[in-house]
Amino acid sequence: MTATQVFYLPEGLPIPVPEADGLTRPYWEGLRREELWVQRCPQCQTWQWGAEWICHHCLAFDLDWVQVEGKGHIYSWERVWHPVHPALKPRRDPYIAVLVALPQAGNIRMLGNLLGDPQQAVVIGASVEVVFEHHNQAEPPYTLAHWRLV
Amino acid sequence: MASNNTVRSIRGRVAVAGIGETTYYKHGGSPEPEFKMALQAILAACADAGIDPREIDGFCSYSNDRNEPSRIAAALGLRDLKLSNMQWGGGGGGGAAAVGMAAAAIVAGFADCVVVFRALAQGQFQRFGAAVPAKTISGDQAFAAPYGVMSPGQRYAMKAMRFMHEYKIERSVLRAISMASYYHAQKNPRAVMYGRPLTEAAYDNSRWIVEPFRLFDCCMENDGAAALVLVPAERARDLAKPPIYLLGAAQGSEYRNAAPGHNAPTYGSASFTTVAPRLYEAAGVSPGDVNVVQSYENFTGGVLMSMVEHGFCQPEDANDFFVLEHLLAPHGKLPLNTSGGNLAECYMHGLELQIEAVRQARGESTAQVPDVEVSMVCSGPMVTPVSSCIFGSEATV
Repeated sequence: MTATQVFYLPEGLPIPVPEADGLTRPYWEGLRREELWVQRCPQCQTWQWGAEWICHHCLAFDLDWVQVEGKGHIYSWERVWHPVHPALKPRRDPYIAVLVALPQAGNIRMLGNLLGDPQQAVVIGASVEVVFEHHNQAEPPYTLAHWRLV
Repeated sequence: MASNNTVRSIRGRVAVAGIGETTYYKHGGSPEPEFKMALQAILAACADAGIDPREIDGFCSYSNDRNEPSRIAAALGLRDLKLSNMQWGGGGGGGAAAVGMAAAAIVAGFADCVVVFRALAQGQFQRFGAAVPAKTISGDQAFAAPYGVMSPGQRYAMKAMRFMHEYKIERSVLRAISMASYYHAQKNPRAVMYGRPLTEAAYDNSRWIVEPFRLFDCCMENDGAAALVLVPAERARDLAKPPIYLLGAAQGSEYRNAAPGHNAPTYGSASFTTVAPRLYEAAGVSPGDVNVVQSYENFTGGVLMSMVEHGFCQPEDANDFFVLEHLLAPHGKLPLNTSGGNLAECYMHGLELQIEAVRQARGESTAQVPDVEVSMVCSGPMVTPVSSCIFGSEATV
């Protein structure tokens, strides 16, 4: 994408990077390839998100990372009007954050922004699909996973 | 062998002997350094109790309070510091836990005169409600901050939204909770919002902060300090004020409440579903015995869920239960946040709620409920861990 790229939220917000111990690295690297990767236990098949070093169900270490389809439904949401970060203060419009449940992956949830009119009515249960937003010029470059109604 | 329940209980064995606080200021408004305010509140609590500050031998606090017990002990010339205890995690959810740990330490014989305190000067340090400037972010916050979910309000609005969706909660519920705090603050000269009543229209017309929360659904941020002095029950009976006994305290975190990226299984929750039953069992009371409640308002939606989880109403009945007149002292069904609380008295990170609960049990509140015997505090909804405690008058022990 070029410098004319319009992001859902302005640049200047914190850039997500994996922890020093690398726990969530496969997730962030997956987003760069427009893929959603999450944890699944090879022993008991439990889906796990966010990432952890151990399966909360059977206590096996070394969980697998598996790719999941970017489809789900809105589990909860909020519309943010009051900016708390300097990068957001010049904005006039609110923005919407949604919590999306992925039924095909044990109903694990992912947080993102809901694309479209920031003043739209939001319905819990509505179906959504993932939209990847690449910040290629950032240092380091990163990709976010947003959602749009389907 | 004697019942373990008898041995493993703090019920009635420790009392709050003194309470103290500084003047409460708007955030950034304190003319005093934070540490000096902490000392002032501690000395005020000792004066209220009628004890020599040199009797203090322990401290409990929460949310990584910056004012270390060792420095306080040096400043006050304490002879023998026996307890320096910090509740781990949960921010304001640690208020009742700190009181509980102080009592546990006294019952265990670790210390004999323990101060629970909290001091905040937000002008001198970072505000809670402002994003911490950082170029990169990792861990749990990396799943939220790049999407503009950074402040406590932004972190918890979706919990309240989910609960309100599940139980068809009306906006009037949040408004009643907000207006109860403002109503009581008008009777409390200590309150930062004293002289600034809140009308229904002003609430309804206030700006959104983050839906479902309007401005008046959100706590203030303030400067000040507050302290309570706890001693063994028998020692408290010799002091200046009537002892207010701790009947029970409980803290905790629901199953996987801290699962990263908003993956707590019980999501639309204040996080008290496991704590409240333990609290009532420890205190030997039931919700119907509670005369007055102070419930931490970071956001009104959290108060709603806290009250439901502590058994004061079923979630399906919340629209009828949370009506302003039911929440007001002196004669409401459940007088709530009778000093003005975090919304309208002072955001002393909830320690002002502990102090108000003691005042109610003493009969000293500015919005006194008649004949209070059982006085409850819930600390810090939606965080993890949370805590709650129950105080009782002489009649309860």
